Amino acid sequence: MAYVQRKISFAGAPDTNPETKPFWDACAAGKFLIRRCTSCKKAHWYPRGLCPFCFGTCAWEEGSGKGKIYSLSVMKRAEVPFAMAYVELAEGPKMMTNIVDCDLDALKIGQDVKLKFVPTEGGPPVPMFTPV
Amino acid sequence: MSLKGAGYIVGAYEHPTRRATDKSVALLHTECAKGALEDAGLTKDDIDGYFCAGDAPGLGPLSMVDYMNLRCRHVDSTDVGGSSYQVAVGHALESIAAGRCSIALITLAGRPRSEGMATGTATRAGNVAQPDVQFEYPYGPTVVNMYAMCAARHMYEYGTTSEQLAWIKVAASHHAQHNPHAMLRDVVTVEDVVKSPMVSTPLHRLDCCVISDGGGALIVAKPEIAKSLKRPLVKVIGVGEGPKGQMGGDVDLTYSGARWSGPPAWEMSGVKPSDIKYASIYDSFTITVLMQLEDLGFCEKGQGGKFVSDGNLISGVGKLPFNTDGGGLCSNHPANRGGITKIIEAVRQLRGEAHPSVQVKNCNLALAHGTGGSLGTRHCGSTVILERE
Ligand SMILES: [Zn+2]
Repeated sequence: MAYVQRKISFAGAPDTNPETKPFWDACAAGKFLIRRCTSCKKAHWYPRGLCPFCFGTCAWEEGSGKGKIYSLSVMKRAEVPFAMAYVELAEGPKMMTNIVDCDLDALKIGQDVKLKFVPTEGGPPVPMFTPV
Repeated sequence: MSLKGAGYIVGAYEHPTRRATDKSVALLHTECAKGALEDAGLTKDDIDGYFCAGDAPGLGPLSMVDYMNLRCRHVDSTDVGGSSYQVAVGHALESIAAGRCSIALITLAGRPRSEGMATGTATRAGNVAQPDVQFEYPYGPTVVNMYAMCAARHMYEYGTTSEQLAWIKVAASHHAQHNPHAMLRDVVTVEDVVKSPMVSTPLHRLDCCVISDGGGALIVAKPEIAKSLKRPLVKVIGVGEGPKGQMGGDVDLTYSGARWSGPPAWEMSGVKPSDIKYASIYDSFTITVLMQLEDLGFCEKGQGGKFVSDGNLISGVGKLPFNTDGGGLCSNHPANRGGITKIIEAVRQLRGEAHPSVQVKNCNLALAHGTGGSLGTRHCGSTVILERE
């Protein structure tokens, strides 16, 4: 079945939260940022001002955009079915996302995926993933 | 100081309604309070502590204390979703032990069914200031797809099957047939469940709980008061609470907050899972039950599928009778929050007041566990262990 992309709504605006505005500004410029602690060196998700592991200060870095599906559910009872997922990023953290542009019924946990920005209504594009 | 036995559940009431188009939420709370007071043999003026959660309209305890015209020395509105009411029992014990109140009222009520709420399948943005919202809302999280991801991962790691999950609904339906107030009273088979329409893979329509209006109330009292009343004595011997989130990105969907709320409750009570005669286990979805049973220690992690199969949760058939009122899966999930009805059915069982067809013989120890929020993101596990004295 041909893939149909549902419409994606953004919540609020990039400057709703000054803490994460750089992330959304980067998305608008086609860059996927992750947040890493300068003390314990761990990357985390979703991005925060202070490290959720040690409360250390953090810095932005560009993510590889590579990951694999940790878990997955295809929402069948929706106007346009879509694949909800947690993707384990190559940098470590798992992020909530969608798997797009693919045969939803063929997706599997453990599968390698790569970043794909998908436009939203009312906001910057959001990072989603598609099978490698 | 241990809280074991610091309070007794002296009153319990479940509203019989499942559709309340003609009542306000505040009125439902109050009808539940009245029912629980009558059950206990107490009056409104005896209450000196009031506990509610996010389902209470307006400014929580302020709106409801005013509406019911109570005079309280202590109020608490800890909101951890559907698990708030187990937490409220624990907090009531703390406040009784600290001398801050003697007779605590806990209420829950709501009317998502009358209000036509698409509880499980709609994405809600909530407050955009909530730090996770911008990183989740665009992806379309719903109640059902979040729990479904837990089920998918459990299947991947442990080989759990849809048929095993279906047994949980089958057991609930066996119990619901005896409950005249239950929304779904037809006994279903494993095949019925796995052939029902897929909502969000791998969860089918019959893996999901009902959407109902209604409510419930509990009265928790200090020991001297409990012993002066004419009702069977239901002593609270263990409580625990455990909020769990995404752990900074170290997401682990294979276990629930029950892994953290269970141990303190078991330790306080001095009993172990194999001592429990009846268990009320939060059943927003079949997977919720399976994971909580493992996390509470009723079986090994990963063995939940095997444990729930072949009617092991059916009263009179299996080893661990669960949700003998039909639970959220078949009877009632008032305000989309099933915590209080779990405690109410445990109290019925300990008093010997469950339906005769599902009453557990010599039921002297029961557990009532809640899971509130979303199992796939952030939620709370809360455990209460009760003893018939
Ligand atoms: Zn750190």
